[in-house]
This record gives sequence, structure tokens and C-alpha cells, in this order.
Amino acid sequence: MNKFSLREKFTNFSFVLPALIIFSIFYLYPFFYTFWLSFHKGDGIFILEFVGLANFKEVIIFDKDWWSSLYNGTFITLWALTFQNILAFMLALGVDKLTKTGKFYRVIFFILPVLSEIIIGLLMRELLVSGQGGGVLNFWLNRLGLGYLARDWLGKERVLLTTALVHCWKGFGWAFVILLAGLQTIPEQLYESARIDGANSFQCFFKITLPLMLPVVALVFILTILGTMQAFAMILALTRGAGGLTEVPVMRIYNHLRGNQVGLACAEGIILGAILITVSFIMMYISKKLREKYGVLSN
Amino acid sequence: MYYQTKKVVILIVVHTFLMSVALSCIFPLLWMVNVSLKTEVDFRNDMGLKLAIPPYWGNYPRALIEGKLLFYFINSVFYTFITVLGIVIVSSLAAFSFSRLKFPFKNVIFFIFLAAMMIPLPAGFVPVYILLNKLHLVNRSGYVLAMMNMGLSLSIYLLKTFFDQLPHDLEDAARIDGCNKLGIWWNVALPLVKPALAVVIVFNSLNVWNEFVLASLMFTEEKLMPLQVGLMEFYNRNIVEHTLLSASLTIAAIPIILLYLRMQRQIIKGITAGAIVG
Repeated sequence: MNKFSLREKFTNFSFVLPALIIFSIFYLYPFFYTFWLSFHKGDGIFILEFVGLANFKEVIIFDKDWWSSLYNGTFITLWALTFQNILAFMLALGVDKLTKTGKFYRVIFFILPVLSEIIIGLLMRELLVSGQGGGVLNFWLNRLGLGYLARDWLGKERVLLTTALVHCWKGFGWAFVILLAGLQTIPEQLYESARIDGANSFQCFFKITLPLMLPVVALVFILTILGTMQAFAMILALTRGAGGLTEVPVMRIYNHLRGNQVGLACAEGIILGAILITVSFIMMYISKKLREKYGVLSN
Repeated sequence: MYYQTKKVVILIVVHTFLMSVALSCIFPLLWMVNVSLKTEVDFRNDMGLKLAIPPYWGNYPRALIEGKLLFYFINSVFYTFITVLGIVIVSSLAAFSFSRLKFPFKNVIFFIFLAAMMIPLPAGFVPVYILLNKLHLVNRSGYVLAMMNMGLSLSIYLLKTFFDQLPHDLEDAARIDGCNKLGIWWNVALPLVKPALAVVIVFNSLNVWNEFVLASLMFTEEKLMPLQVGLMEFYNRNIVEHTLLSASLTIAAIPIILLYLRMQRQIIKGITAGAIVG
């Protein structure tokens, strides 16, 4: 009897085994391997030399470019948090009330997040880069009589802002879909009873919609931070780093790996990961406090 | 009367706002397709603002053959197909087991899978790349295995929640008829979670098709490159011809847009599920 059940346990376990093996090799092992590599110097494959905490010291204290890449990432993230998410929230509020055409807008808005970062990056580069003739977008602006708006979009002064805006443009549809899904879970009766009690639309928004949306908004904020701070391929395609002006943290990690400085790459990855986890927890804490203040019970 | 007018005005304002944003999404894409159907000389005259009538198809064969996009395209189809097939089999087996079967440390193992989705690993590709190098797996199979891992957690989670909702009766009936566990998984459980499988397939296909970082590190040989890496290569080789670049971007974008229009419900479900777990 006992033997049978042991065998059965093993059969049951064997269903999970393929997933567990792949997961251990490509997630669990690399997870700990990152820490180990971060204490070493070399290309990681042939040369590996133990250097202790030197990599972290180098990154945190001496590497100005790392901090400027963090600044660039933060800059883009701040634009995504404010501009992209407010736009997405406004769009979601607009679409939420439309029953017939709402689906059409939802389909359109979500096309950009579905397309790859490389396609979006190269397409926008094609439009913005000023080659001969001053660039495509500038040509259009001239045609429309808006020539005074023409700029060197990917030039030194503007390239980081342009990158942030393109990132928002690609990302707002994603935030929109999640916010819309949140809005549609708010029961209509709440608005009806509020209206019967004489509340106007502003009161409805600030007393019902916003408090009930707090969990969803917090979720979108956290995911925006995580996603934007780790964004990379679109920026590579759009600007190729622009000589460090739009270098974001993950691009730096990628370049260090390519330059056989694996230890630095891992140390940077750990530092960025720690920052992101800390920020996520702070956001979750704030969201919890806000919900307690508003007295929203659900999760 | 006043109420009616107010309502109409609000509707107009809302639609103008939504429409202008929608246009900003669509217009660059339409422009891309339009430019891909022009000759370079024609493009220089109007920067793609006039419609390409009659369309000039010459850019497509050039992008596919000279630009080697055909190879990249076939590679991408191959990687995506194999990876997604692997994810579906491996994750549905695991999800079925997590949902229905008993074994020690079940909940701990499931929790580890879930936790993997929540911890951000910005440099995750570094150790994976080094590891693949050490295992001599910097090739197609190594890439497919690494990509399979990326989709596992979410797929297992999605499928498990679906398996949990299934009634036990059908499985009991199958068991009484002499079906073993593998048979129940294949004949009873999988057909019943087809909607969830569709979400898993579509969502993972998009992820693999669009993946760039690991592929760009692993494939330095042109004949192995998937589309995303190929597009970057192509752009680096050929910066001047907008029409050719537009054609290649269109070739890369069209399958995704078609898949999206056909399966947008599943894709959005996958996104929201991913967001809620995260």
C-alpha cells in the first residue's frame, strides 16, 4: 500500500517535472548565478576572477554613466507615469460610457502595444530622424504651414524628451486596457443611487470612480515603473543610445555584457532590481494607506 | 431640450478626443504601408503623404530576397511555433498536476513559480546568456528552451485557474472507464480548457515573436536571426531607402496585426491576467 502511494506520488510529480527542470535551469539557477557573477571580473565564459565587492563599488561610486542612465530611465518613467497614464485614464473614462463604439476604440488603441518595440522604434526613427530634406515629420509640418514647429527631434537637446514621448505613445494603450477593465467592474447602481441623491458628475468621479479605481491605478503605476525602467529595445532602435544621451539602465547592462564586463553587468542588474523592488513596495504601501483613508474594502 | 444639447455636446467632445488619439495611432502605420508601395523617387517628392496609386510592389521582393527578410521571417515562425508548442505541453501538464494531483511540496513549488513573475530581473538575460555559452547551447535549441522558460509561469497560472474551475465528474467518469492520468489530461482536461489554451498560445506567440534582447545576443550568424534582430541588421546595412525599410517593417508588422485583429479578446485577456498576477 505504502509503496503504491509512493509510486503514485512520483507519477503525479512527473507531470510537473519538465516545467520544473526548465524553470530551474533558466530561472532559479541564473537568479543565484547573477549574484555569484557580480563578485567576479571577466567575460564569464573563459576568464573569471574573484574581485569581491569591487564591481558594486565601481558602479555606485565611480561610474557616472550608470547614474546618468538611471536619470534617463527615471525621466522617461516620470513621463510615462504622468502623461501616459493620465491620457490612458481619460481615454478609459471616455470609452467606458460608450457602448457601441467603445470596442472600436479599444481595438485601435491596443495595436501599438502589440507591435514589437523594434518596429515602433524603427518606424518612429524613420519619421523623426532628420536626414536630407530635414526629416519626414518636419516636411509634413512645413506643408501644413506649421514650419515653426519643425525641430531636430533626435538632436542633442531634444532626444531624451522625444524618446519619452514615443515610449508613452507606444505604452498608453496598455494602461488604457487595464484601466478600462477596472472601470467596467464598478457597478452602475452606485452611480445611479449617487445621482438620485443629487450628486453631479464631478462628485461622482471624486467620490466613487477614483476611490474604487485606487487598487487598479496603483497596479498600473507599479507596472509602469517596472516596465519603463526596464525598457530598452525600442530606445535602441529609435536612438541607438544617442551617445549616452538616451542610455537607459538595461541598455548599459546589455552593452557591458557585449563588452565582456559580465561582473559589472550583473552588479548593475542587482542594484536596479533592488531599486525596483523597493519602489514597488513603497507604492503598495502608499496605495494601502490611501485605501484605508478612503475606506475601500476590496482587496 | 437643454439636457439633450448638453449630452450631444459632451458626446462630440469625447469623440473628437478619442478620434484624434486613435488617428495618432493609425496614421503612422498607414503611412508605413503607403510608403512601402512607392518608389524611392516618388517618396522623395511628397514624403509619403500622397496615396501610392498605382501601387509599386517592387520593394517587397527586394526586402524579402536582398534584405534576407524571408530567412528572418521563416526563422521567427520556426522559433515561435516550437517555443509555443513546448510551452503549451509543459505548462498544461504542470498546471493539471498542480490543480488535480497530489504530491509533496506541491504548494511550495507552485508558489515559487508565481514568485518568479513578481520579482523584477533587469539583468536576467546576462546569466542566461553565460549559462547557454557554457552548456554549448548558443543555437536554436538553446534559444527555444530559454524562451519557453519566459512564458511558463504565467501560462501555468492561467491554466491552473481554469483547471480548478472544471467539474470533477467528467474525470471521474473517464477514470472509471480505465483512463490513466495522462489520458485524462489529454482527452478530458485539455479539450475543456480550449479558451485558456487560446489565451496561452496567442499571448506567448506575441512574446516570442517580439523578443529582441536574448536573440540579439545569441544569434550573430545571419541565417539564424529572427525577424526583430534581422530588422535591426537590415536597418544598419541600409539606412537611406525609406521605401525598402517601410516594406520590411510592414512585412514584420502585418502578421501581428492580423493575429491581433482576429484574436484581440484573447490577447487582452492575457494582458489583464498578467497584470493582475504582477
